Amino acid sequence: MTDLLTINNLVKHFPAEKKLFGKQDYVHAVNNVSLEVREGETFSVVGESGCGKSTVSRLINHLIQPDSGEIWFDGTETAHLNENEFRPFRQHMQMIFQDPNSSLDPNMRIFDLISEPLLIFTEMSDRERRERVRELLEVVGLSYNHAERYPHEFSGGQRQRIGIARALSVNPKLIIADEPISSLDVSIQAQILNLLQKLQKQFNLTYFFISHDLSVVQLISDHVAVMYLGFIVEKAPKKELYQHPLHPYTQALLSAVPIPDPKIKKQRILLAGDLPSNIHLPAGCPFNSRCFRCQDRCREEKPELREIEKDHFVACHFADL
Amino acid sequence: MSENNLLKVENLRTEFKISRKKSVAAVSDITFEINKGEIVGLVGESGCGKSVTSLSIIRLLNDTSGEITHGSVWFKGSNLLKLSDEEMRQIRGKEIAMIFQEPMTSLNPVLRIDNQLIEAIQLHTEYTKQEAREHALETLRSVGIPDPERVSRCYPHQLSGGMSQRVMIAMAMSCYPDLLIADEPTTALDVTIQAQILDLMQGIRNTRGTSILLITHDLGIVAETCSRVYVMYAGRIIEEAPVDILFSDPSHPYTQGLIASIPKLGLEAESLPFIPGSVPDITMMPGGCRFHPRCRYAMEICSQKEPELISINESQKCRCWLKTSEYSIKTENGESRK
Repeated sequence: MTDLLTINNLVKHFPAEKKLFGKQDYVHAVNNVSLEVREGETFSVVGESGCGKSTVSRLINHLIQPDSGEIWFDGTETAHLNENEFRPFRQHMQMIFQDPNSSLDPNMRIFDLISEPLLIFTEMSDRERRERVRELLEVVGLSYNHAERYPHEFSGGQRQRIGIARALSVNPKLIIADEPISSLDVSIQAQILNLLQKLQKQFNLTYFFISHDLSVVQLISDHVAVMYLGFIVEKAPKKELYQHPLHPYTQALLSAVPIPDPKIKKQRILLAGDLPSNIHLPAGCPFNSRCFRCQDRCREEKPELREIEKDHFVACHFADL
Repeated sequence: MSENNLLKVENLRTEFKISRKKSVAAVSDITFEINKGEIVGLVGESGCGKSVTSLSIIRLLNDTSGEITHGSVWFKGSNLLKLSDEEMRQIRGKEIAMIFQEPMTSLNPVLRIDNQLIEAIQLHTEYTKQEAREHALETLRSVGIPDPERVSRCYPHQLSGGMSQRVMIAMAMSCYPDLLIADEPTTALDVTIQAQILDLMQGIRNTRGTSILLITHDLGIVAETCSRVYVMYAGRIIEEAPVDILFSDPSHPYTQGLIASIPKLGLEAESLPFIPGSVPDITMMPGGCRFHPRCRYAMEICSQKEPELISINESQKCRCWLKTSEYSIKTENGESRK
C-alpha cells in the first residue's frame, strides 16, 4: 500500500491577542507533526479539545497555510501551492463536518446541495447530474424523492447522510471527517458509522478521521495518532495502540473512557489539573504538568517521537522501561 | 412511602403550548423515586424529555410555555407542585440544587466567582458576608479547586470548562442539599476532565450522603456511576432497572438496541447493530407504543394501544407489550419472553 498523504514536520502558530507594547504571543496549535496516511485506510487523530486535531485537517485541506513543513498529497507537495494551483486537488479531498445542521445551506434544496460540487468540478450535463444525484442518494440510504426538499425537513442523521453524499459526489480519494458523528444521537451514531465503513469498501476511500471518542476510533481505524497540545505523543497501528498504549497520556485517556458495562471495574487513571495553555508551552515534555510518571528529566528535556517497536512511535523518555 | 425515600414523582405530565389552542405533552406518566444517598440515572436521547422532567421537579419551567398539568412531586413529605413560589424558593438551591450541562453559560459572566457563591449562600443561611466568604472558600476547596483564594477572585471566562463545572458543583453543594440534580454535567467536557468530575460527584455522595439524579445520554457514565436507572424514550419512561441488570438483561427492545449500538472500548467488531429510523418529533408522535415504528418485534397491538409500565420481576419494570401476559407467548421461539 502506498501513502496517499504524507505530512512532514508541519507547524502552525496563530498570533494570540496582543497586549499594548507587549511581545506578540503565539498559540502553538500544531507543532512539528508528521504522519503518513496509506491509500484505502482510515487514519484517526484523537485528542481533547484544543489539541490541534482540527487545525491539522484545515491545513491538509488548504483552508489555512502552515508556517513550515510539507504536505504531500498523491505525489505533489500541496502546502505551498497558491489557491488557484490547489483547486484541482480539492476535488480529491472532501470534508464531512461535525454539525450537519450548520454545514448545509438552509436555502438550498438537497438536489442543489449535492450537485453543486459537480457543477464546479465536472462538465456533466443536467441529465447526467440528475442521474448522479439519484445514485448518490441511494448510496447513502436516502431516496430521490428527498431531492426537492430542504435541509430543515430532515433529521440530524439524515442531514449527515446528505453531507456524506455531497462529499462523495466528485469521487474524492481522501475524505476528511471532522467529528462526523459526535453531534448525533446515540442510536443514530451506529447507522452513520456503518455507512462510512460500507462506503470505504465500496469506493476504496481513504479516511482522515478526527474524533475525541476513543471507542469510535477503535471501531473504524487502521492507524491512530494521539495528539496533546499540538504534538503527536503516540502513533501506532490501531491494535497495537489499544493493547499496548505506551504514552502515559494515551493510557490515561483510555482509562478515562466510561465503559457501558457495570461488571467491568477498571482502574481509572485520574489526571491532575487541566490542559496547560498552548501559548506558553511547558518546558520539557508538554505533558509533564499532568503526568503521573513525571521526573526531573521530563521538565527539562523534550522527548522526541521515536520508534519503540515497529511502526509504534512514542514521545516519552520512559516509554521503553 | 418508605423511610429511606427522598423524592417520589408520580404520574407527572408536562405540556408545552405550540399554538394558542394546541399543546403537546413533552413528558407524561412519569413515575420514579430516589432514595437517600442514591445515584439514579435518567437516560435517553435528545428530545426524550429528560431535561423537562428535571426542570418540572424543581419548577423552573417558564409558565408561559411549559405547564405541569398532572401529577405530584413528593419531596420529604410535601408535594412540591402545591407549594407557593416563596416556599419553593426556600427549597430550590437549599435542599434541591441543580447543575447544568454548560458551566460556561450557567455562571454569570460579569460577577466574580466569590460574589456568585456568596449570593447563593447568603440567600439560604444567616451567615454574614464574611462568614459566607469563608464558607465559599471552604466549598471551593472541597470540590478540589487548587488555590481557592485566587480562583474566587476570577471571572468565569478566566476558568477552564472543568474548573467552571467544579465551581458550579461548589455552588450547588454550598448549602448541603439533600438532592443534587445533574443535567448532563460532563457532556461539554473532555474525557480526562469528565473522569475528574464524575469522581468528585461520587465522592460527594459518599461523604455527604447526597442523593444525585444524573441525567445523561451516555450509557458508559451510567454504568460507572449509577445504582438504578430509568430509561426514557419519546416522553415516557420505558424501563426501570438496577444498573447491573439493565446492562446484563435489558428488557425493552429500545434499551436492548441502544446498548448493542454503542461501540465498546476493547471490543472489536466489523459493524455495529443499530436501531433503524430516528427519534419521532414531539408534534408527530406515533400512536400506540411510541417505539413501534423502529421496533423489530412490533406487533399489531403495538400500533393501536400504548403499553403500561409494568413490573416484570421484583426490581425491573418495562413498558412493552411483549412483557405482558397476553402477548409474551407470540415472540420468536419464546426467546425474549422473560
